[in-house]
Amino acid sequence: MYVAAKGGEKAIRNAHALLAKRRRGKKNLPAISLAQIAQQLTLAVDRVMAEGSLYDVELAALAVKQARGDLIEAIFLIRAFRTTLPRFGYAQALDTSEMLVRRRVSATYKDLPGGQLLGPTFDYTHRLLDTSLGLADEADEVDDQAGEAKQADDAAAPVSMPRVTDLLGQEGLIEGAPTDDGSEPFDITRAPVSFPVDRSTRLQTLARGDEGYLLALGYSTQRGYGRSHPFVGEIRFGDVEVIFEAPELGFEVSLGTVQVTECQSVNQFKGSATTAPQFTRGYGLVFGQCERKALSMALVERALRWEELGEEPGAPAQDEEFVLSHCDNVQATGFVEHLKLPHYVDFQAELDLVRRMRAEHEESRRAADMKEAAE
Amino acid sequence: MAVMARAESTELDAILARLGPLPAASNLKPPEVGLVMLRGRTGGDGAPFNLGEATVARAAVRLEGGAAGFAYRLGRDLKAARAAAILDALWQDEARRAAVEEALAAVRARLADEAATVRAETAATKVDFFTLVRGED
Repeated sequence: MYVAAKGGEKAIRNAHALLAKRRRGKKNLPAISLAQIAQQLTLAVDRVMAEGSLYDVELAALAVKQARGDLIEAIFLIRAFRTTLPRFGYAQALDTSEMLVRRRVSATYKDLPGGQLLGPTFDYTHRLLDTSLGLADEADEVDDQAGEAKQADDAAAPVSMPRVTDLLGQEGLIEGAPTDDGSEPFDITRAPVSFPVDRSTRLQTLARGDEGYLLALGYSTQRGYGRSHPFVGEIRFGDVEVIFEAPELGFEVSLGTVQVTECQSVNQFKGSATTAPQFTRGYGLVFGQCERKALSMALVERALRWEELGEEPGAPAQDEEFVLSHCDNVQATGFVEHLKLPHYVDFQAELDLVRRMRAEHEESRRAADMKEAAE
Repeated sequence: MAVMARAESTELDAILARLGPLPAASNLKPPEVGLVMLRGRTGGDGAPFNLGEATVARAAVRLEGGAAGFAYRLGRDLKAARAAAILDALWQDEARRAAVEEALAAVRARLADEAATVRAETAATKVDFFTLVRGED
């Protein structure tokens, strides 16, 4: 018998009210403002923009607040919001060589033009908890020192910072990037994906993919599952200009700037009877300062190119359909977390089935016992 | 338009107030927030791919007895977009262009100043390598 059940409205309403109360925390503490989140939890905001696949600092800060700091929930909120807006069009490709660089390091060249600029980085910190941060908060004091950074005297003028891949490319030591033939890249937000896919589709999918997932897959390639011997040719983070040709204007306009992290990996060689051995490369580009993600993306992007580069398949990170179908944390969390929702009818059916199987099992056992006794 | 896209909403309001009195502006279409898909290039310089979207506010106005003005800005600030569109329309007017440019100069200077600060702070974190003297020499 199938019985449709209904109910829980009141419980849900009350649960949501309780959620709002818990989100707010103790009332005697000031509520956290969106500007505070945007300014002081920048990297959480950046991750929400990157994986939410929507660049809007204020919205991402709001999502972090509403989600009580649960970043995947915040990403989900952003993805839901973007579906409510019309699409004005496609911007021109960002020119990362014209970036206002806030950080730029290369692990392959010590003395590269423009230099190694460490910028605001956790690298080289001792990972010791700084209890003074807590103390400053308690005393409600403004931490003046944290706001101060040294400035170089002679650095106001822009310095040219060629990409490491361009330096290697001049000598032909590294493969070139795939040329722009003027065709429109596939857009996974507009059309369903069917495998195999091209490199631009992979890049779009990875750019919004889950950081933890890509980190694990990138790590697996280093540990021997699809080895590709990576170097960080370069990682850079900073502001790039967005140029858009508005249909009604008929000319290009600058919409402002966005921050992105770019990673170029330099990997081991490919050559053939006709072409001399060259380094190969992987690419990562992510909204905000998301270095771990950009680097992981470059490793995975490179691993997915095994067929094109004539490498042995078999590692998880090389399996295009597996990697790309599972990297979206909104899709993943939707399917995994739906298991929490009522499955009473499904389960009833299974319960019924297992009871019947047990009864049959018991019956056959008894029959076997009887037969044994008779013999 | 690049400066108007980067100006703060308060800066645009202050500029409009300074340039007044202004002819009445009517919307050619209602100011609107939408999305623009941003793109990157494979390897930084290769074939393009879709990176992710950004919110954009746009406005289109016509000044009474004057030109039409347009604005596109990252973000969702419709008021700022409309103010930028009015400024764009004023800029079309030869008689007002110099005044608009002059008013925008302050914003341009602020932006240049901020960029210079970023460059100076970043340059202070530049690594100076030095070679250690080796014992056997």
